Amino acid sequence: MRTVAALILTVLALWQGVIWLAGMPPFLLPSPAAVAEALWLNRTEIARHAGFTLTEVVLGFALGSALGAALAVAMGFSQKLTGVLRPILTFSQTIPVFALAPILTLWLGFGMAPKIAVTVLIVFFPVASAFLDGLMRTPQAALDLAQVMGAGRIRIMRHLRIPAALPSLATGLRLAAVYAPIGAVIGEWVGGARGLGALMIHANGRMKTDLVFAALLVLSVMTVIFARAVALALHRLLRRYGV
Amino acid sequence: MTTTTALVRGRAWVGETPLFAPVELRLEGAGWTCLLGPSGVGKSTILRLLAGLETGARFEGEVTRIQPVALMAQDPGLIPWLDVTGNVTLGARLRGSLQASFLPKHPGERRSGPVEGPLRRGAEPPADPAARAAALIEAVGLADRAHHLPANLSGGQRQRAALARTLFEDRPLVLLDEPFSALDARTRAQMQDLAARLLEGRTVLLVTHDPAEAARLGDRILLLREQGLSEWPVPAPRPKAAARPYDAPEVLALQAELMRGMMA
Repeated sequence: MRTVAALILTVLALWQGVIWLAGMPPFLLPSPAAVAEALWLNRTEIARHAGFTLTEVVLGFALGSALGAALAVAMGFSQKLTGVLRPILTFSQTIPVFALAPILTLWLGFGMAPKIAVTVLIVFFPVASAFLDGLMRTPQAALDLAQVMGAGRIRIMRHLRIPAALPSLATGLRLAAVYAPIGAVIGEWVGGARGLGALMIHANGRMKTDLVFAALLVLSVMTVIFARAVALALHRLLRRYGV
Repeated sequence: MTTTTALVRGRAWVGETPLFAPVELRLEGAGWTCLLGPSGVGKSTILRLLAGLETGARFEGEVTRIQPVALMAQDPGLIPWLDVTGNVTLGARLRGSLQASFLPKHPGERRSGPVEGPLRRGAEPPADPAARAAALIEAVGLADRAHHLPANLSGGQRQRAALARTLFEDRPLVLLDEPFSALDARTRAQMQDLAARLLEGRTVLLVTHDPAEAARLGDRILLLREQGLSEWPVPAPRPKAAARPYDAPEVLALQAELMRGMMA
């Protein structure tokens, strides 16, 4: 805790030092004090926008994780399906979400839907890919036993492969939790007036750099808390199931 | 009357290299058949063929078995997130005859019926799977470990749990793939005694590379070498429901003979 505090103080000192030494104007680099002031003066507005962003992040994360996990299980059942879907999935990741976001806004309107869609697109790949990896690595001794015991594919999946792959799924989810807010913010940049991303674009256009920094700070803190909460929940869950 | 329980007849290749010359292995009636041989001659391949498992070798010939089998291997294959009881009843859960993922704490709430099986043996009194599992766990000497996870068991205790799981399957034909070879000498001898006692009355195929183990347990001993399969004469019948004493002169002599046979 003390090292973290020391680190933050050092960064703030460097930040302030650069402003003093280089004589940066506030619209290029606002001072920490100015950012703090902007944060305080706009606290209700920032909180409202942060609320929207957080809602999009949570919904997009939940939906994207569910989709990714379901896809991984489906692919785990069928080598053939995996052979077809894997290149498509990889191809889908070569399209930058920045390019997709305007199209999604065009299709889904200016509400929350396109933001959630971008988040889903960002979340589902690491979840599906990590989970599938785990599903394909069930210990052979257990699979042999299950086959000799006369187990069907569905029960092997439910009782052996999925539980054994839960740590891999957790890895994917932890990664996805860090990326999810990026998806929501990209969606907000492109269209609509709500959310931290929209606030940043709006403030940037009016040279209110201190407000951009304040929104950015709130977004970072929110992401860290969200990712920690997800990691903690996963840790508890895994321990409860003893995998 | 002897009836053929299982049969493997044929030859196998790995790629273009022959794994073993044409063999015929026939299991008849109750008793222990030991398949002895050095590593890499295809002992496990024959066992996996009988179990209906992927072997990685190309096999030409016929495999017959009339009943479902139970399998116990060197890797006990215990499920790390299930306790001993959960692992012992794994088969019932995988066949869907135990409803809950974990055994219920109160037997009265159980919704599942008894474990199915084509050949129920009269010697097992409790029909209820939970009671049957508890009786078997006691029989292998793990009663005080029934709710321990595999990670908290020693190597010998893990194989005891695996033996209880094998018995829970209640199959007439039991396939043992070097199940004791990773254990220390004393634990191995204890496990051999225990297995001989608890598997009495079943048809057992034991794959092993240890001549001492074959000498203790084999009612029939088959030696598998590159040139094929040969039956080794067993001097005296094994005592009922027990392994031969590890220090008896005739057992030691048989062990030495088998060793010579493997070196030849």
